[in-house]
Amino acid sequence: MWEYSDKVQEHFINPKNVGEIEGADGVGNVGSIACGDALRLTIKVDENQVITDAKFKTFGCASAIASSSMLTEMLKGMKLEDAKKLTNDDIAKALGGLPKEKMHCSVMGREALEAAIADYTGAILPMAQGEVICECFGVTDLEIIRAIKENTLKSVEEITNFTKAGGGCGKCEGRLREILAETAEGLSPLPIGVKKEKRMTTLEKIKKIEEVIEREIKPTLKKDGGDIQLKDVDGDFVTVALRGSCAGCHSSRTTLKEYVEKKLREQVLDSLIVEEDR
Amino acid sequence: MAASPAKIIYMDNNATTRVAPEVLDAMMPYLTDYYGNPSSMHTFGGQVGQAITQARQAVADLLGAFPEEIVFTSCGTESDSTAILSALQTFPEKNHVVTTRVEHPAVKNLCDNLEIFTGRKYHTTRLHVEADGTLDLQRFKDSLTDETAIVSVMWANNETGVIFPVEEMARLTKERGILFHTDAVQAVGKIPINLKETAIDFLSLSGHKLHAPKGVGVLYVRKRTPFVPFLNGGHQEKGRRGGTENVASIVGLGKACELAATHMVEENTRVRALRDKLEKGLLSSIPKALLNGHPEQRLPNTANVSFEYVEGEAILLHMNQFNICASSGSACTSGSLEPSHVLRAMGVPFTAAHGSIRFSLSVYNTEDEVDFVLEKMPAIIAKLRVMSPFWEENK
Repeated sequence: MWEYSDKVQEHFINPKNVGEIEGADGVGNVGSIACGDALRLTIKVDENQVITDAKFKTFGCASAIASSSMLTEMLKGMKLEDAKKLTNDDIAKALGGLPKEKMHCSVMGREALEAAIADYTGAILPMAQGEVICECFGVTDLEIIRAIKENTLKSVEEITNFTKAGGGCGKCEGRLREILAETAEGLSPLPIGVKKEKRMTTLEKIKKIEEVIEREIKPTLKKDGGDIQLKDVDGDFVTVALRGSCAGCHSSRTTLKEYVEKKLREQVLDSLIVEEDR
Repeated sequence: MAASPAKIIYMDNNATTRVAPEVLDAMMPYLTDYYGNPSSMHTFGGQVGQAITQARQAVADLLGAFPEEIVFTSCGTESDSTAILSALQTFPEKNHVVTTRVEHPAVKNLCDNLEIFTGRKYHTTRLHVEADGTLDLQRFKDSLTDETAIVSVMWANNETGVIFPVEEMARLTKERGILFHTDAVQAVGKIPINLKETAIDFLSLSGHKLHAPKGVGVLYVRKRTPFVPFLNGGHQEKGRRGGTENVASIVGLGKACELAATHMVEENTRVRALRDKLEKGLLSSIPKALLNGHPEQRLPNTANVSFEYVEGEAILLHMNQFNICASSGSACTSGSLEPSHVLRAMGVPFTAAHGSIRFSLSVYNTEDEVDFVLEKMPAIIAKLRVMSPFWEENK
């Protein structure tokens, strides 16, 4: 039997905010019945960009239901800006912790929130754009890398606990180990004697991104009759608009990921995630 | 530890059973006054040996076997490993094993990793099951080859209760000079067994599934079946299993086998009727509820029912609020992320596999308990379905 905290049990037995908001401003659907858990989050956002209501429907175990219930409680009355910064750890902590094998339930809550916000703002979901590593549960490399970074995961087993990746047929175990090694390398403290780079301020970051787009990316796209415009920078998320022949081009996603994001990661910050403004 | 044992409604007897009060009484002297070693020369130890002899007889009687064919072990898993690895050592030139897709992990994981345990490469045939969990005999027959060393097929499935025709399968196996093992952990005590009339070479059973304590099992080894021990050491069990006997538990198992023989009719009449009432009640009062497993070819105590579009762990924890104990084949209950391999092998869709609940009864269950469960279940399922994002569009 799992050891669930009192808070988990309380939110499981008497979940808050069950249902769907009619005419919701944002809807986030994550998971599937095949995976064993799924969550539909609906949110209402007012003109001051404050989440006024949140409801959920969840198929899943006690911790999935409790995570969803807790998430909706946290969201009500929260500014959209703050909601964007919520992590799975915030949800797990509010529940008084989750068994380690169940951390993916809190990750599902966070992903549903991101999906609902993306639905509201019209942005693309950044995490879904990565390469699918675990085919059983449809987990992308971006989701895995983020989980490793945010929760300082140290083993493949922990990756499975947090993202479910590798929990099915197990074929992707080798890839997970590679991703873990690559990501951990970036995280490890620098050797003694090497001066740690100063953290960039947001202003510096935006300036640098702008500079790279103007100097390198724009001219390249223009050669193909396209254009690009920087729309927003929010944390690691860079929103751009593709113009000219790039807009609506079926390979625009590839352009975005393979070229724009790669360039920005190389020259500005390697954690940047580029998404398209629609 | 919060719930008072008196109020527990225990319908998880395929997981483990309560120790029968008569069994505990039989064991107590061997945990207190009679602590001698049965191998000792003095009378004090020797009398303990007599208790083991009696227990061996009781086990043999329940199985329709000779006492010399009974080897006491520590659990069902040890018995399974002993039988299969013994057969492989008996036929070192053979490299094929036949089993099914729905075996208990004790057999399944061993057969999946034979190379690790033996250092030799094996080809393993894992027989498919039909949608109702039964096996196709012709397909089984076709799977046997000259390279086959052993067939290991469970007598009854722990999750669905579906019974396999192991007597017929053992006969077909024997004709080809192949050894036959059956994991009968779920069958012993629930359905009549008479090994003298079969061609079964090895049979595993576990004490705690039939009201004896945990930590004692049996491997039946047919007379003249070649045997290589798994645990080497002392001369106990005629050199077939080293290690000082777990005397009290062996005595308890003997008593449990005697009780099982006297309860066999009740198990197949009263317990079966309770199970049927429970099953029919659930299927008729709850929409989109499905029975997993063949309706007749099944243990009398087991009902495996899926409630579509809800998840098993959530169901179990709601049942737990009412002190109702059962099991689920959902992914979340196992700690793995995939639902039961048994239900998947039967092709039960994901919509139902995650919401499967196994009720397994015993002679200690009452009709009042069944009525109580039938009263509580519809509301539990309805509450979870209101929450399910899949229910509205599929109801």
